Amino acid sequence: MFLRNLGLLINATMTYTPPLLLAALGSCFSERSGVVNIGIEGMMTIGAFVGAAMALTCGNPWIAFLVGGLAGALFGLLHAMACVSFQADQTISGTAINFLAPGLAVFLCKAIYDGSSDTPAVDISAKLPKVFDGIFPVGSFWDNVLSNYSVAYLSLVLVAVIWFVFYKTRFGMRLRAVGESPEACDTLGINVYRLRYICVILSGFLAGLGGAYITLATVSQFRPIVIVGQGFMAISAVIFGKFKPQGALLACLLFGFCNGVKVLATSSNVVSPNLISMIPYIVTILALVLFVGTARVPAANGKPFQKAK
Amino acid sequence: MSNAKEKTKNSFGTKILHGNLLYTLISILVGFVVGAILLQAAGISAGEAYGKLVTGVFGKPKFIVWAIVYASPIILTGLSVAFSFQTGVFNIGAEGQYVVGTLAACIVGVFVKVPAVIHVPLCLIAAALAGGLWSMIVAVLKVKRGINEVLSFIMFNWIAYYLSNYVVNIPAVHKEGGGEATKDILESATMLIRSESLQEVLGSGASYNIFVAVIAAVVIAFILNRTTLGYKLKAVGFNRHAAEYGGINSNREIMTAMSISGALAGMGGACQLMGMGMRISQFSSQESFGFQGITVALIGSTNPIGCIFAGLFYGAMKYGGTKLSLVNAPSEIVDIIMGTIIFFIAIAHVFKRLLLSYAGNKKAKGEGGAK
Amino acid sequence: MGRESHVDLSKTVIAMHDIVKKFGDFVANDGINLTVHKGEVHAILGENGAGKSTLMNVLYGLYHPTSGYIEVNGNKAAIDSPEKAIELGIGMVHQHFMLVQPFSVTENIILGMEPVKGLTVDLKSAREQVIELSQRYGLQVDPDAKIEDISVGMQQRVEILKVLYRGADILILDEPTASLTPQEIGELIEIIGHLTKDGKSIILITHKLKEIKASADYCTIIRQGKYIQTVNVAEVNEDQLAAMMVGRDVTFKVDKKEQKPGEDALVVKNLHGKDYRNVEILKGLDITVRKGEIVGLAGVDGNGQTELVEIITGLRKGTEGSVMIHGKEVFGKTPREIFEAGITSIPADRQKHGLVLQFSVADNLILQNFGEEEFSSHGILKRDAIQKKATELIEKFDVRPRGSEGKPAGQLSGGNQQKVIIAREITNDSELLIAVNPTRGLDVGAIEYVHKYLVEQRNKGKAVLLVSFELDEIMSLSDEIKVIFDGKIVGSVPGRDANENELGLMMAGGGAHE
Repeated sequence: MFLRNLGLLINATMTYTPPLLLAALGSCFSERSGVVNIGIEGMMTIGAFVGAAMALTCGNPWIAFLVGGLAGALFGLLHAMACVSFQADQTISGTAINFLAPGLAVFLCKAIYDGSSDTPAVDISAKLPKVFDGIFPVGSFWDNVLSNYSVAYLSLVLVAVIWFVFYKTRFGMRLRAVGESPEACDTLGINVYRLRYICVILSGFLAGLGGAYITLATVSQFRPIVIVGQGFMAISAVIFGKFKPQGALLACLLFGFCNGVKVLATSSNVVSPNLISMIPYIVTILALVLFVGTARVPAANGKPFQKAK
Repeated sequence: MSNAKEKTKNSFGTKILHGNLLYTLISILVGFVVGAILLQAAGISAGEAYGKLVTGVFGKPKFIVWAIVYASPIILTGLSVAFSFQTGVFNIGAEGQYVVGTLAACIVGVFVKVPAVIHVPLCLIAAALAGGLWSMIVAVLKVKRGINEVLSFIMFNWIAYYLSNYVVNIPAVHKEGGGEATKDILESATMLIRSESLQEVLGSGASYNIFVAVIAAVVIAFILNRTTLGYKLKAVGFNRHAAEYGGINSNREIMTAMSISGALAGMGGACQLMGMGMRISQFSSQESFGFQGITVALIGSTNPIGCIFAGLFYGAMKYGGTKLSLVNAPSEIVDIIMGTIIFFIAIAHVFKRLLLSYAGNKKAKGEGGAK
Repeated sequence: MGRESHVDLSKTVIAMHDIVKKFGDFVANDGINLTVHKGEVHAILGENGAGKSTLMNVLYGLYHPTSGYIEVNGNKAAIDSPEKAIELGIGMVHQHFMLVQPFSVTENIILGMEPVKGLTVDLKSAREQVIELSQRYGLQVDPDAKIEDISVGMQQRVEILKVLYRGADILILDEPTASLTPQEIGELIEIIGHLTKDGKSIILITHKLKEIKASADYCTIIRQGKYIQTVNVAEVNEDQLAAMMVGRDVTFKVDKKEQKPGEDALVVKNLHGKDYRNVEILKGLDITVRKGEIVGLAGVDGNGQTELVEIITGLRKGTEGSVMIHGKEVFGKTPREIFEAGITSIPADRQKHGLVLQFSVADNLILQNFGEEEFSSHGILKRDAIQKKATELIEKFDVRPRGSEGKPAGQLSGGNQQKVIIAREITNDSELLIAVNPTRGLDVGAIEYVHKYLVEQRNKGKAVLLVSFELDEIMSLSDEIKVIFDGKIVGSVPGRDANENELGLMMAGGGAHE
């Protein structure tokens, strides 16, 4: 019984965490380079819609997944243009995207799918594949633990890759420097604008992937409420994880785990599902108060950078 | 003689160029243009859609009234965000404060039995206290433990959301006989206009919650511009170090500002409940009251009086948007237009600089190119 | 000062011709010429705002000149970016360090030109290169230390190494001695000697006449954006240089009558306190300032003077000790309470602490008194009274331009901003005044004004504590000079007996006198 619950718990965690993680990793890029991106929510939504629409059109989940990411990247480009080239207030631009992207997503959905704000269901053949599917008896412990969508594992690998990029490569070193002191980088001949553009577009791409994951794996269609708050949870995860990829991973796992607890507890119907739903958030606050404390925000975060000429 | 005339003409012109209003209006225009392009591309007549928006809001007196009723809570949420902006804090928690404010007003509105004269203010006060408290917790965490308020606000938004759903389902509170909502608030707690003669003209949905919003805006404007409290808050928002140097306790002022912000958002929720909704429904997803507030604050240039107009504009758009399905236009076009407007407001200062330098050059050339 | 010159007049490394640089209508550089030879140390002398930094930013590619051209090693060069400048062998050490705080010394030095091994940054070989360079030129640094942990002197050496790492042959040093002791300045001059011996050329931007005499071969004077003259440093004295810089004769000495100090105004005993990193920085400090005297506190930045003033004014909590103002204990009290005990202060960083730049001048003038009866009642501001007071003070203190009561303070020049602060402090009319670096960034005229005001206060019987990094200022104004080092007072000398070398020694921790 315990093992079964543990298996279900891990399964729930592995369901909730990956899209969050993808978006959080994207947010890391943006924030570390000094650009606040609260438009992650919108970028996830457009990724979710485009991913689903693409899958319905071409039937290939991987193409759909990537195109969903590209849709997010497009809005990332918009955000970059506003914040880097036009030195707009980054919070305002992010807010604008949170209106534009979801609005556009539902608008396009209604336009393409006969006025319905939901897409039709994506056929299982067009969904992202599961690894270890069918190897273990359905509903057994190992099936629950290991039979997850391949992208879930990919996202874990991505954490390691991004960690490597941040702390071992030239690009990562410059990216971190730009987030702390863009003026210093400018005097050293580093192109601050270009670096920030890349990071913000990447954050859009990853957020789009996160959204597409949800419609191509977890929920097999796009509905307007399929992305509701995950973007902000991703941002919270990044702050909680002190702007580090490994920290974001831990935070996302924590959120995923709490959600898993919520799913389990709800099914057992002991306490009100609403009270249980509060758990992840209360846990986060308690964890912050007791353990984590202040996060060192990149020094140049949120401030537009202008080259003097 | 002509010098004086030129002077006044120049100063009026420069005032327009230097202020924010022009660029806000330009952004609104661009928003509508972009919306029109999208509608046409989707095969929907922009003229028809926009026409429906206009008639949907201004067609009948009771429509106008409804739009205003719609706008009032949004004005208050906008005030909430605008006010906390002044101290340099981004109130992304307006959502949660709004929800707990609504809850508090609902409980008082359902269970307390007093005449309307007392009931309405009582509910408003309960809402303000709830919202203020909700925000103050985050403020304390920020000030005492250095916890990032963006993170805390988001957490508390979610907690409020589930709290509301939980309360809705408490048997004593739950609506009798099915329906996912609380009981209706007592008539003494509503803000509906009761005079029958007025109801004939304005429709049965008319409520006076707009007055609460406008009065709040005026009070907030007064606080910011004419009181020592406003002075302190702005000093802290602009330059915390100098403020402390001047003897201002910046932590205390931040907490004060955040609490007042929360109270305003809470009152927004109460206005919605008492002026329109009459009951709280079970949420299936977050309603984005908070984001509406952020939009209003931005369009209103974080100026309290500006929030009134921005709130009316947004309220009208939202209300008109609900009627768009009648002409087969998706109501999401309103979101897209709003998003575009905000986006252009964000980059407005670029145009401001361009226009100002263009005007400056013209003036120099006009005076014989002297420098 | 017996200094070897390594100038090779046959090789011109930099020639700037008729450089003009405008920012809108403002002409920062108005047709400036500059010639530097190999192995030369060339100083650019001018007051604050004269255009020295602008000229060098043009040379380094951070600014594009409005007109004029530059030749490097005899070839015309369009330097349109720092990368181009670096390619040409020009390196710049900025006045305000351009360092990434959480990165290490090594990382900062290689940033932008990182050695790579495969996909990764080769930190190991970078570290070795840094050590080699630092030994070659005598620039002592700790390659693994984080910038936020090291001293200002070491930070400057990191900046120089950054430039050398990129193979610079021409180094531009922008106000390099701002935060150094006389000893460290001597070390820097030695380093400059090593560099020129190795064939490097140095351009020194400065307004410090003593250092020009000690280290430069030639000096170009710039005044208000215009080129004035280039002189052979050996052939002129300090007074002549000063006159060329300002355009008139300048007196450095301040008129100060002998005066017997009165009772104690400020008594600090055994003060302990921590800095922003929670490290103990004040280790039992005692200092007394009496009415009618100016006590100058000399010391290198980072020895606790900032924290001392913060604790006295209540912006920081000390850990132990006593602070008495006019006999009243104020240790641990709030800034408001301390202010009411009778203290007034001119803060170190006027833009950070003194003014709210977005507030109008009038609103800034009431920053401490907005709660008083005169300006508000029951929490409501009396706008008319505030406006009236502002007009009065602007007139009295000659704040330019007139009529700026409603203008944001950020639009005023540095000197006028300082006047606003002084105007505000004077109206408080306290018996104790603390001034921290009051003339930083001000031009000579404004400096004279501030010095005059401080002496006036002292003549009227007020107690003045002057904290400054400019030793000259301390020496010319103080009745009594105290030296702070490592969180304690290590020396006390009467103003008229002060000797710069002796003070410098104490500032660096040697030879305690008491």
